[in-house]
Amino acid sequence: MIFLIWLLYIPALYLVYGLRLALAGMGIYLHTFPTMLLHGAVFVGVYYLIKYLKKLLKVKPRIPANAGKRDKTISVYGLVTVGFTAMTALQGYGMLSRSMQGYLVPICAYVVLALSLNLVVGISGELSLGHAGFMGVGAFAGIVAATCAQNAVSDPFLRLVIGMVAGGLMAGVAGLIVGIPVLRLRGDYLAIVTLAFGEILRSLTENLYVGLDRAGLHMSMSNGGVQLQEGGKMIISGALGATGIKPISTFVAGILLVFFTVAVVLNLVHSREGRAIKAVRDNRIAAESVGINATTFKLKAFVISAVLAGMAGALFGLNLGSVQASKFSYTTSIDILVYVVLGGMGNMLGSIISTVVLYLIPEFLRSLADYRMIMYAIVLIVVMLCTWSPKIKNTISLFTYTMRTYWNRLFRKKGGSGK
Amino acid sequence: MDFLQYFIDGLYIGAIYAIIALGYTMVYGIAKMLNFAHGDVIMVGAYMSYTFVSASGMPVYLSIPIAMVICTVLGIVIEGLAYKPLRGTSSLAVLITAIGVSYFLQNAAQLIWGPAEIGFNRLVNAKPFLLFGGKLRISPEAMVTLAIAVVIMVALTTFVNRTQTGKAMRAVAEDRDAAQLMGINVNRTISITFAIGSALAAVAGVLLCSKVQSVSPTVGSMPGIRAFTAAVFGGIGSIPGAMLGGMLLGLVETLTGAFISTQFSDAIVFLILIVVLLVKPAGLLGKQTQEKV
Amino acid sequence: MMKKILAMLLAVLMTVGVLAGCGGADVSGKKENDGASVIKVGTSGPLTGDNAVYGVAVKNGLELAFEEINALGDLQFEVKAEDDEADSEKAVNAYNTLMDWGMQIMAGPTTSGSAAATAQKCAADKVFMLTPSASDPAVIAAGDNVFQICFTDLNQGKASAQYIKDHNLATKIGIIYDSSSPYSAGIYNTFKAEAAALGLEIAIEAPFTEGTKGDLTTQVTMCQQANCDLVFLPIYTSEAVKVLSVANSNGYAPKYFGCDGLDGILSVENFDTSLAEGVMLLTPFDATATDEKTQSFVTKYTEKYGTAPNQFAADAYDVAYAIYEACKAGGVTADMSAEEVNAIMVEQITKMSFDGLTGQAMQWGADGAVSKDPMAVVIENGIYVGMD
Repeated sequence: MIFLIWLLYIPALYLVYGLRLALAGMGIYLHTFPTMLLHGAVFVGVYYLIKYLKKLLKVKPRIPANAGKRDKTISVYGLVTVGFTAMTALQGYGMLSRSMQGYLVPICAYVVLALSLNLVVGISGELSLGHAGFMGVGAFAGIVAATCAQNAVSDPFLRLVIGMVAGGLMAGVAGLIVGIPVLRLRGDYLAIVTLAFGEILRSLTENLYVGLDRAGLHMSMSNGGVQLQEGGKMIISGALGATGIKPISTFVAGILLVFFTVAVVLNLVHSREGRAIKAVRDNRIAAESVGINATTFKLKAFVISAVLAGMAGALFGLNLGSVQASKFSYTTSIDILVYVVLGGMGNMLGSIISTVVLYLIPEFLRSLADYRMIMYAIVLIVVMLCTWSPKIKNTISLFTYTMRTYWNRLFRKKGGSGK
Repeated sequence: MDFLQYFIDGLYIGAIYAIIALGYTMVYGIAKMLNFAHGDVIMVGAYMSYTFVSASGMPVYLSIPIAMVICTVLGIVIEGLAYKPLRGTSSLAVLITAIGVSYFLQNAAQLIWGPAEIGFNRLVNAKPFLLFGGKLRISPEAMVTLAIAVVIMVALTTFVNRTQTGKAMRAVAEDRDAAQLMGINVNRTISITFAIGSALAAVAGVLLCSKVQSVSPTVGSMPGIRAFTAAVFGGIGSIPGAMLGGMLLGLVETLTGAFISTQFSDAIVFLILIVVLLVKPAGLLGKQTQEKV
Repeated sequence: MMKKILAMLLAVLMTVGVLAGCGGADVSGKKENDGASVIKVGTSGPLTGDNAVYGVAVKNGLELAFEEINALGDLQFEVKAEDDEADSEKAVNAYNTLMDWGMQIMAGPTTSGSAAATAQKCAADKVFMLTPSASDPAVIAAGDNVFQICFTDLNQGKASAQYIKDHNLATKIGIIYDSSSPYSAGIYNTFKAEAAALGLEIAIEAPFTEGTKGDLTTQVTMCQQANCDLVFLPIYTSEAVKVLSVANSNGYAPKYFGCDGLDGILSVENFDTSLAEGVMLLTPFDATATDEKTQSFVTKYTEKYGTAPNQFAADAYDVAYAIYEACKAGGVTADMSAEEVNAIMVEQITKMSFDGLTGQAMQWGADGAVSKDPMAVVIENGIYVGMD
């Protein structure tokens, strides 16, 4: 069945893309490797979307056990697919403004960061305030790796992948080093220690000098420490960070990373380990008493989250011409945490939506000039109150209920309340 | 002699951290929330003091009570508008609102007073006492600051242990539901805690800005984080713990800066914090609670 | 779940709607020029947050200058400033927003990190860029159409060391610098190298960071305990004020030597300027100068924005006039594309000689750097006095 759809899918895609190409006069990337991958991903998304829609259409009594979760999983893939298709189509028809196109890659990076943090905060139930530290490690490792591969690998997408893998690995190592001591702590103590580690990572990268010449990679913690031969080039120079990077991140790569993250996170959540992690979150003692090794499972989630954050960092870093360590301070960690909490703990779909919305609000508020950030603050507070406060939530649902009743009365004429 | 000099410097900044940490720890102990906006209340306190001093020419110490009153009101308003509606829901939700409030206060201050650094008058304008032929300097302001910190701690401890309201606070900190059943007005108690915390923040704001002799919209954010660290260091929720944590943090920060590296002093302070927490997971004076099934 | 999303969207819409309604008045209050007949100049800088003081100064300087230029009735300009929070990611967003608006010339960004990212975009898109204040050499290295009006960090570090050596100002030097700021760390690095070459003794290096800049007592005490007779301050005014005040309270009075970041120290509100007496600094701009140009700029600026201009504002003011002169000389018109403007501007700027507030007969090399010599001044009786 799947294979059948796959067979149908490819010509269908060519039809759609071909039409688009004809219309927009763009003859690009149909035969490249990332597009093939992407088509695979889009295919999976469409497949699940169809299944989801079918489920929606069939009015069946809900089976409580796993049905809701399944729906949500599908809708996450579906949402990403729809978002990607919409954006690519708009881009193809030249209907996206420059700034909108500019937001695409950072949004992908932040979505991945939010999803991976949600794994720690929502699923594992540990408040982490140092996520940006892993992002920074990933960004700089990714930049160094991609720069080193510049001569050997000519394809930018492949170089980006190398960068992301390197970033993920380095961040994973950092995550392991941080995770082992940290996960012995609980609650707000854990929060402060992750914050501390994040700041340590930032402080170290702020004083890192990395240069590349024919002899290889040179690394030092002081400016004079890196002596380069003729033709050598500084990749990272302390507080100025990495400058003169060639931006190689693309929206396609970003979306692929999002898909990858969603797959990893959801699979973990729904696996045996995921259930164990949630059991530990909900009641540590009870979980331990049935033989679940809490720390191991939590460490696993923490390291995976760090790896994903590192990959997102590489994507983020390789999207800009210059990156500074100051970006990866606790302020950014808190921004990511805001995305997660607003979207709902453990709710992946929510994380994606709230990241996109919250990333765009300050950008859309640009016309307010000096009042921009204060507006953002007010929006943030109001949104939090509206989504979390029981009283306000009740008022809103009362409001929507009333509106619906009126709507029914006016237009349907056959609602329960109308006559 | 160098060591002694830095020791005194460390105590001075430590006393200020301690006062901020007291506010943090009280709010945490009773409302069970991390009030990230606490650092910005400090900033508001400092700006208030500056505004009154520059408008009327009064000495700085007279402006402290005014700043305290304004910050108290501010604290109650923030609590009522932004935190109270979320009571009983996830503590993370309140954390995010607190961050929102923090952004709001910083940006509001920038709109009102401008983004630039403004000079701040000193609390005690006197030359330092010189000991050992000028090798050791003790500023009178440092002594005043330390004294204020000690007085505040003693007063707070007495208040919490001896008065009716203080007892109510402890009861709410221990078990909110049980306290409510005993007839304690939980909402009022939490509001009072915020009021006290904010008043302390105002004092800390004046002391801090008087030390560095300048004030800007972001003056409170880093000391806020430091004080949070200090509160955790000493065992969050514990009043003597906050005091001890603040002092130790000030000392560690100054001494590592002077003798190891000012560039990495941040990293080293945090590293020490991590080590301490690994040895004593609930902080220095925190209660290690036994979980029950 | 759906209810939650709905609530969220509703809330966003409501607040944005209401607030945009309030804020709208301010925005629309500005006079909008007719879109077709004006040359669009964009800039970005930190207008909110920690470094807002610099971004706002640049924005004000540009606005003031272009107002004057528009009043001349010759070429008409429109300037738009976007907030980049001194963050390279936001700088790229700001740049894209400006491009959507139709920017033809980039007169920014303010800070080095942001500028390095924007410069690359400008080089790729062929948009002419002249930054008022991003002084790191990495900025102009990004492309042939990226220029600076401030002198580079390399230049300043070297010149400072040379000056201290030549005038025999110090036997023991203490350096207080911001290791997390590209500007400060950049000057420090070159200063240190040059000092070693010249045989100057650096007794203490006391860096601070973004996280520790709130309280600089330890750094000051370190210099004091080491008996440094000169403290080198390659930092900005906001931190220098703290250093001077704390040193004064501790009864420490060394000589101070700073770079152009120190400029503006005399106009810090409520700061006892007597503490700045005797401070030496390299600066291109002197707000107390008596020439007519500076006087008129300072008066107008102070009248309009309520504070005295610093070097950032002066640099931005010069950028505006340099753009104007190059546009006039090259015959740039409003209907040209950014790329056409770019070609003309690059050609014009490399052959012109520009007199501004921050220097006479400035000339630009093809690498994008400006040739102007740092001028050393000492603060005496609350004004800058030129030193030889």
